[in-house]
Formats: sequence, C-alpha cells, structure tokens
Amino acid sequence: MDTRTQEFLEYVQDGGQVETGDWMPDEYRSKLVKFIEMHANSELMGVLPERDWILRAPTLQRKLALTAKIQDEVGHAQLIYRVVADLGKPRNACLDDLVSGRAKFHNVFHYPTKTWGDVGVIAWLVDAAAIVSQKALLKCSYAPYARIMKKICWEESFHILHGRDVILALVTGTQEQFELVQEALDRWWEPLMHFHGNQIPPDEDPMFVWRIKSQANEDARQQFLDGYVPQIRELGLEIPDSALRKDEESGRWLYTEPDWEKLRAVVTGHGPASQERLDFRRLSREQVAWVEQVVLAEAA
Amino acid sequence: MIFEVFRRERKGQPFQHAGSIDAPDEHFADVYAREQYGRRQESVALWLVPRNALHEIDDFPDEFDLKYRRVDGYSIKTRLREARDRAGTLESAAGEA
Amino acid sequence: MSDRSDLLLAIADDELFLGWRNSEWTGIAPFLEEDVAFSSIAQNEIGHARALYELAARELDTTADELAFDRDADEYRCAPLVQLRRLEWARTIARHWLYETADEIRLAILKASDDSEIAGIASKIDREEAYHRMHAEMWVERLLATGEGRARFNDAVDELWPYALGVLDDALRPELRERVEERLGRKLPDAEPVPRGRHETELRQLWEEMTMVRRSAPTGARW
Repeated sequence: MDTRTQEFLEYVQDGGQVETGDWMPDEYRSKLVKFIEMHANSELMGVLPERDWILRAPTLQRKLALTAKIQDEVGHAQLIYRVVADLGKPRNACLDDLVSGRAKFHNVFHYPTKTWGDVGVIAWLVDAAAIVSQKALLKCSYAPYARIMKKICWEESFHILHGRDVILALVTGTQEQFELVQEALDRWWEPLMHFHGNQIPPDEDPMFVWRIKSQANEDARQQFLDGYVPQIRELGLEIPDSALRKDEESGRWLYTEPDWEKLRAVVTGHGPASQERLDFRRLSREQVAWVEQVVLAEAA
Repeated sequence: MIFEVFRRERKGQPFQHAGSIDAPDEHFADVYAREQYGRRQESVALWLVPRNALHEIDDFPDEFDLKYRRVDGYSIKTRLREARDRAGTLESAAGEA
Repeated sequence: MSDRSDLLLAIADDELFLGWRNSEWTGIAPFLEEDVAFSSIAQNEIGHARALYELAARELDTTADELAFDRDADEYRCAPLVQLRRLEWARTIARHWLYETADEIRLAILKASDDSEIAGIASKIDREEAYHRMHAEMWVERLLATGEGRARFNDAVDELWPYALGVLDDALRPELRERVEERLGRKLPDAEPVPRGRHETELRQLWEEMTMVRRSAPTGARW
C-alpha cells in the first residue's frame, strides 16, 4: 500500500469523511460503488415482493400506506443511484448489470410474498432489520452516502410502524388471521437471520476496514434480535428456532447457525423468486425504454 | 440534467443542501424535486440549481498564520492577569470567578 | 339511493378505479423519478375517493371501506375509461390527461353547487388536481415534441376518446371536445361515447383482485 493510500486509510479509520471530489484510492472507490450499488438494487428489487399487494390491500388506509411505503423505496433507489452515478457509474449501467444478473441485491428480496401476513412481516421485521444496518451507515466514511441515509432512515421509521400496525390488527383478528401471521413469520425467519450476513471478524471485512460500514455483521444481528425478539414474543407468536435464547452472562443471543451456503446461493440468483423477479424487472424495463429515449431526445 | 436541490425546512430557516435530482428539464425537475424533497411536508420551499451553474470554491490557503483574524488567534488570559495584578484587582476578580 | 349519493359514488368510483389503475405503475414506471411522482398522484386519487365515500357513507349509514370494497362488481358506477387496464405509458398519460381535463370541467360545476359540503370537497379536490394537471401537461408537451412520442400519444388519445366522452354527462361533452381539440391542434372524430354504467371485463378482474384479501377472511376479521 502506498503512503497516500495508507494515510487515507488512517484518515477514514479515524472517523474522517470523504466528499465526491476528494482524492480516494481506486480500491476504496470500487468498494464504495459495489456496496452502494447493491443497496440501490435492493431498494429497487424490494419493491417487487410488495407491489402485487398494492392492488389487494384490504382497506383504503392500508392501500395508501402500502403505496406510500413502496413509493419511498423507489425514492430511496433514486437517491442512492444518484450517489453511485456521482462516483462514476451511471444509473443505466447499474440497471443493465442488475437485470442481467451480474449485480446483487439483498437476500430477502429473492423470496415470494405468499399472503397479506407476509406483507405485514416484511414491513415490520424486514424493514426493522434494514434500519439496523442503515442506521450504522449514518457514520459511513463517504459523506454523500451518509447524508442521504439520514433522509432514508427518517422515512423508514414510518414503514416499521405501518408493518407493526398491520401485524397487530391481524393478531387481534380471527384465529385464522393470527395463524396467517405465524405462518409468515415461520417463512421469513431464516431470511431474517441471513439478513446481516455471516459472522466475519470486522477486520477481515473490507467494507468495515474502509469504514463504509461501521458495524460488524454479528453486532447488527444481535441488535436486531435484542430489539425485536421480545416484541414478537409478546404477541404470542413463536419464533421457529428452539435454540434461540439470550445468554444472560454474555448478553448475546444464541441461535441455530443459519445455513450460509443457502444465503450464498440465494444472493447469487438461486432464490425461490430470483429469476422471476429479474425477468419481471427486465421486461418492465424493456416496455418503457422508448419513454426515456423520447424524453432524452427532446432534452438533448 | 442534474439539479442540486436546497430546501428550507421551516420559515425563518436557511436553505440547506438536500441532495440532487435527475430530470430532463426544469418542468420535470419541478415535479420530481417536489416529490423527493417535499411530499411529506418536510420543506416549505425548494431551490433548484442546475449543477453546471454552481461555482464551487474549495481552496482557502492559510500559509502564513491568519489566526489574527479569528477569535482563536487571541489568548488574553495571561495578559489580563498581568494587567489585573498591576491594577491590584486580581483578588476581587478571582472572587467573582 | 338519493341523487346526491349517486353523484358522490360515481365520482368516488372514478377516483378509486383510476387510483387503483395508476398504482399499478408503482415500481415499474419509465424512470424512478416518475415512479415517485405517479405514485403520489395515485395516492391523491384514492384519498379523494375516500373523502367522497365518507360523505356518501354518512347518508347511507355505512363506511368508506364498505363502499370501496364490499359492493358487488356490478354496483360500481365508474366510467369505463378508468376501468381499462392500460399498462402502457402513452395510454396511461393519455388517460391521465383526458381524465384530468374532463374532471376539471366536472369539478367547476360541483364547486358552484348549492350543497356546501359538495362545493367544499370539490374545491379541496380541485386544489390537488391542479398539480395532476400540471403533471399531465408536462408529459403531453414532452410526448408531442418528438415524432415517436407524438405518434404514440395520438394513437392513445384516439383509442381512448370515446371512453373520455363517457366520463361526463351529455351537456358537458362539447366543452371536453373543445379543450382537447384545442390542445392537440386537430379535430377528433365523432364517436359514440362509452357511457357510465357499462362494465368492461377488466372491471370484474380488478374487483376480484382488489377485494381478494378482504373476502378471504370471515366476519370478525381485522385489517
């Protein structure tokens, strides 16, 4: 590592922040692009599990809230792709890589949404897991990303409330509705445990080394469990992991080790809904491609 | 086109940089900025500026100690003590503190 | 049912179905900025429907949700224009613009109504619709500015024109024709309006989907 890179590394590790026009090592830039692009892709692909339910939401209030939540996710994708574009990779290049399967998006968006119970679990718990990660990004060494994360976290906080409200309505409804939630939780628990990634020591995680992330994977998962296991259990719902408990001595949650091979397979496009989602995204993009051409032709 | 967006959160507050937005022209930028930075009533006003219209200055050399123009250039503690000592007010000043 | 509830339900159903149709673009609009904007428009429309249903619900001793979801598909009074599934951008914009143009004419009459509640709600709706009209006009201008955009947009308007006429009563149709022709700078063919009360097959399809969760649980369910 040359001296300039070494100094840069020390600077970010010391809490220093970097702006778009500042000098940065190529490796830092490419890691940033990779990380932030995946975040943008996840926001965009995260729309798909929920959008079918916009048409099926069971009351006007739910319809409005769900539409607004998904609107936020598209808005986040827009903000985040802007950051990537300023780092040198245009949005269309990101979308090309996304639909061709070259780029990744978060594991939870590779699964189907089977019932309205899933819609509630996604809005409540998937968003809760996401907000744990996103809050840690407020301290990202790349300042433009950290700044938009403030707006994103602010908007996400309404999603969790909306999701929790959906769940509370269902668990206080009929027995069938309660079971709908339990089944959804059973389906989503494994993806939720995968969400923050496998336990790697932070010093071996390049995203941590460059202070793109400020939190180790396991710390994020522990924070999620701390916050949400009690909230799930108090509703009488059962978490499908008999080993899950908090070790009073260490203060850490113990759980059955998730299947990390499965996570790897899912995020590389082998999840239950991966290909269907990518096909849908590709097709819908092709269908509107002429609009961008018309709009840009005139603007040029 | 890329527009930089500045927003005013409440009346009486300064405009602050909110982020940027892609739009084919200013009509679209008007609509899209409203949506991205104002749809939750989080702003009372927005400024949109085409990015290429911004003139940025980010170099402020200070090679020969320009601290005399700032408060941190002045440490009056020692001198004040001496002056109070000379005037015989050192005791009462200490009492007040 | 009184003429008043009948009128309220007709407009509410228009806004509900258009809002539902427009929300189908969420997540897949031509570009992300537009996605966010069009979603707000869809939300506004549902919001208008809700306000109108609430007004009708007081008279009919029911709730806005029951009016929106619990009627049979045949009971909706929305114009066929908003029932159509047109998940294609030129048609979406054409419908959006035609509907907003017709709605402006209708709202002007309602704002002058002797019924202060109807006049009040019409004024409130119109203030939001002004933004929708600005959005629609921005797109019309942009589409008409290129050969391809113009061809697609004009085709879409021609296809939807008989449906657009059906949004308004007989007496108001000439004004709609005048405004649309003036903006397009061309004459539109004489067309038989597709009137309110007709139900396209897409109405039932959408109804099946929009009520499926609600119908899935027996009484006592909470949403």
